[in-house]
Amino acid sequence: DSRALPLRAAYRTDEGQPWVLPVVKKVEQMIANDSSLNHEYLPILGLPEFRANASRIALGDDSPAIKENRIGSVQSLGGTGALRIGAEFLRRWYNGNNNTATPVYISAPSWENHNSVFVDAGFKDIRTYRYWDAAKRGLDLQGMLDDMEKAPEFSIFILHACAHNPTGTDPTPDQWKQIAAVMKRRFLFPFFDSAYQGFASGSLDKDAWAVRYFVSEGFELFCAQSFSKNFGLYNERVGNLTVVGKDADNVQRVLSQMEKIVRTTWSNPPSQGARIVATTLSSPQLFAEWKDNVKTMADRVLLMRSELRSRLESLGTPGTWNHITEQIGMFSFTGLNPKQVEYMIKEKHIYLLASGRINMCGLTTKNLDYVAKSIHEAVTKIQ
Amino acid sequence: SSWWSHVEMGPPDPILGVTEAFKRDTSSKKMNLGVGAYRDDNGKPYVLNCVRKAEAMIASKKMDKEYLPIGGLADFTRASAELALGENSEAFKSGRYVTVQGISGTGSLRIGANFLQRFFKSSRDVYLPKPSWGNHTPIFRDAGLQLQAYRYYDPKTCSLDFSGAMDDISKIPEKSIILLHACAHNPTGVDPRQEQWKELAAMVKKRNLLVYFDMAYQGFASGDINRDAWAVRHFIEQGMNVVLSQSYAKNMGLYGERAGAFTVVCSDAEEAKRVESQLKILIRPMYSNPPLNGARIASIILNTPELRKEWLVEVKGMADRIIGMRTQLVSNLKKEGSSHNWQHITDQIGMFCFTGLKPEQVERLTKEFSIYMTKDGRISVAGVTSGNVGYLAHAIHQVTK
Repeated sequence: DSRALPLRAAYRTDEGQPWVLPVVKKVEQMIANDSSLNHEYLPILGLPEFRANASRIALGDDSPAIKENRIGSVQSLGGTGALRIGAEFLRRWYNGNNNTATPVYISAPSWENHNSVFVDAGFKDIRTYRYWDAAKRGLDLQGMLDDMEKAPEFSIFILHACAHNPTGTDPTPDQWKQIAAVMKRRFLFPFFDSAYQGFASGSLDKDAWAVRYFVSEGFELFCAQSFSKNFGLYNERVGNLTVVGKDADNVQRVLSQMEKIVRTTWSNPPSQGARIVATTLSSPQLFAEWKDNVKTMADRVLLMRSELRSRLESLGTPGTWNHITEQIGMFSFTGLNPKQVEYMIKEKHIYLLASGRINMCGLTTKNLDYVAKSIHEAVTKIQ
Repeated sequence: SSWWSHVEMGPPDPILGVTEAFKRDTSSKKMNLGVGAYRDDNGKPYVLNCVRKAEAMIASKKMDKEYLPIGGLADFTRASAELALGENSEAFKSGRYVTVQGISGTGSLRIGANFLQRFFKSSRDVYLPKPSWGNHTPIFRDAGLQLQAYRYYDPKTCSLDFSGAMDDISKIPEKSIILLHACAHNPTGVDPRQEQWKELAAMVKKRNLLVYFDMAYQGFASGDINRDAWAVRHFIEQGMNVVLSQSYAKNMGLYGERAGAFTVVCSDAEEAKRVESQLKILIRPMYSNPPLNGARIASIILNTPELRKEWLVEVKGMADRIIGMRTQLVSNLKKEGSSHNWQHITDQIGMFCFTGLKPEQVERLTKEFSIYMTKDGRISVAGVTSGNVGYLAHAIHQVTK
């Protein structure tokens, strides 16, 4: 059904089609033509050129942590794999040895797999921190800060670096500063999930602001990166766990233990996707092309957001719709309730999650009117 | 201060550590007999022709990069099951199995280990042959299971301790888990003969054990995919619903692409569906869904008749080269004048050979001759070429005469 919006987090073009980035096609061709390449095992921690470049993208070229040689990287199977390696390491080595009782805080709501990752890694005390304010359709900053104040010292907090999934609602830089201040005071561990860098605002640096701020504030942290969306490499499983520590010695020991965890999980990571990303990031020209491709995707989503909002406002759809353009990234929490969602699915064949989460990538110039009208109907007919 | 002050430095991986040391060595005669990766007769990595052809087909098709399902590429998993179980297998034809794509052999083993930890409530004990692949123990341990052992290798004869194995297996508590290497035992290269497999199967069945087969070398051991899968198929035919991990790292040379599969043979197709749903629940919080590239290459090869034929020839070629190197090593040792019995080198099968060398002898080989292998005396025969087999024989003779 051409009106069906994809439920999963995958980008679509204005024709509603998957999009293989032009720079990826180019680099794949380069790889295919290079007969000197083989399929030998990568090192356990992954392709060195990939690891260094991937972490550099997250932390910035001028990162003090990189200059001071206190970062480490673990190539992982997508963002999920990076989260899992980080979680397994934390369960074994953080806040004591094998301390499964350390509380892990996940935003309410969050990507549903976050919970499973930390449960399967052995943590026994998974909690939520307030995040989404349904009434005002925005960030419940006070609730979040309050939960952080009350959290036991040394608790682990999963933070979305940008383009919060599923709400699309991110803290502002000022709000991030407040969050960081509390976390520092309460000795809380920041574990960033960065699945949309570049994809959210169109700017790599802007989307990495929060992570870099925490680094500049002296935090030791983990950042699970995914290149599924910003490189469109979904099925190649390209991810990276960036580790920022106090000094090189600490980071080295951390990595040596992460190596042991990797060895019993997948031994060594897949080669193809990492090669594509490494080749792209290490060539100034290809890097520029990539940033351009990423901006293309981000801009289309931003356009769809503004077009949907203006249609809803001209239709006079009850409620406020500024959240559609204030939210960022692939997803939007429309604010539709489960009954209204059911109406959208059953009567209008527009698929969204019961939470009201819609994939903005599914919107096209051809279906904007239909989607806007359908939302209008759902809101006016169903309470 | 750091959160990580108390984190210990992890020990270097023993097998990969060998390669690290090899790389630092400047001798022109150095040999790396550590890692289990195939090399051609020039000592170079070998990309199979059928793999190159499959890659060309993939490149021309310009496919998208959408996520695979959690259980992996369906054409791949189905072909993997057929390859292992046999196209005429009742278990395969009836559909009373589930196969999910795994991250090569390790990832497939780990999925299985996690599945057993969660759903096999009869026992926490996994019985490994003594010795086994070094990574088996930490995989099962990290999955939350306990490790036990049964006698397997006889260092006195450098061959199978069959009576010891039968004796130990006869005493394994019922409903424990037993791991068996389907072919080309790693690290010893010692496999049971078919008559011995029959007796082992009968004993395992009598003890009502859950059988976990690790098959990382199908086709690569004898050169014949059906012969190498014989044990797996026999156990199933004897009524045991085994679980199985497969790797395409060696037999298709897809090492870094991480193509593998985990299979559970079930009572019926309905049970298989339930098992599948639980496997997916395990996989999703590990890495969500598997990487496509290697599985797609393997799938195209297995499902395209001309490519499958070509693959069978190439995998036999690799197996034959290794068998040839074993023969040459033994004859060169005789030429050197060695009086020891080196028959085990040609009796053993697959990539690895347990030479019988002691740690002190291995150390001398490394220090005096720049020949690198693991401390247990295991060599990767795949690293031996017609160009260096003479040197190897000479060196071994020097440290053992």
